[in-house]
Amino acid sequence: MVNGQWREVSPTSVLELLEAMSLEPRRVAVELNQRIVPRARYSATQLADNDCLEIVTLVGGG
Amino acid sequence: MIQEPIRIGDFVFTSRLLVGTGKYATFELMRDALAESGCQVVTVAVRRERMTDTTGRNILDFLDPDKYLLLPNTAGCFNAEEAIRTARLGRELLEGLGNKGAGWVKLEVLGDRKTLLPDPVGTLEALKILRAEGFTVLCYTSDDPVMALRLKEAGAASVMPAGSPIGSGQGVLNPWNIRIILEQLKADDSDFPVIVDAGVGTASDVTAAMELGADAVLLNTGIAGAKDPIAMAKAMRLAVEAGYLARRAGRIPRKLYATASSPLEGVIGAKQSG
Repeated sequence: MVNGQWREVSPTSVLELLEAMSLEPRRVAVELNQRIVPRARYSATQLADNDCLEIVTLVGGG
Repeated sequence: MIQEPIRIGDFVFTSRLLVGTGKYATFELMRDALAESGCQVVTVAVRRERMTDTTGRNILDFLDPDKYLLLPNTAGCFNAEEAIRTARLGRELLEGLGNKGAGWVKLEVLGDRKTLLPDPVGTLEALKILRAEGFTVLCYTSDDPVMALRLKEAGAASVMPAGSPIGSGQGVLNPWNIRIILEQLKADDSDFPVIVDAGVGTASDVTAAMELGADAVLLNTGIAGAKDPIAMAKAMRLAVEAGYLARRAGRIPRKLYATASSPLEGVIGAKQSG
């Protein structure tokens, strides 16, 4: 599950998923099963079936 | 420099206007309005990446990191848990950008979608946990003086009472409550920053908040929603300065009857006595 949608993903690590989504790792933050994945661990963090990811960025707000 | 600097947590600013980055028609307009406002702190929100259009432009390309400290908010969160997760994600994002604002957050836990009024229970709960995790927390709250005091006691770096509901443009609805908050929170700590956040619609609202003794004003819609956001940004900057100066200058007391400004003696045609 990525940002509330079930997706079949081929990438096996967080970094590969970000690359597949054309996202710049520096400009996102990632939560895996409600825990933050530290930026330094994007390539080492492997994805498993039924994982729940939130990938966020900064937008305008008050 | 006509204004004393303001200290919030470990940061010191010369501008007493904090501005949101939401709801501008274009990023260019936002960039120019922020520049005109003279602000040094801008709030930003944390949201899911769009899954489809990754060619969209990023707000970060329009916010000069040398000019603005980013203050991530927890807007849109309706319970403490969501707000805490959002604050952590905001910190992670700002750390990734190397922005100094990584350790702080504008905490907003909302109680109701229609009024966007804050949930005091959730706000206090989230504040305690975020403080324990080392965050510098600026707390959005209602204008309830008791709640404001509870937030300060629980370690808020700043308490930010709303003038009126978010984006309503109603101004400062209860100046008496804001005065009580200011008096109580500054009683033993005159530098404790109290920031009026939300509800201001135009320059006079901002000036009124500053005249009451608020340390700063945080606003978004008042500028972003104006017909000419750049002109309104300038008006808001001047309004903060005007209110700040008037507060320090000390206003005259209100009187029921007139007091003449010109001498009453020596008016022609008057009969001399004695």
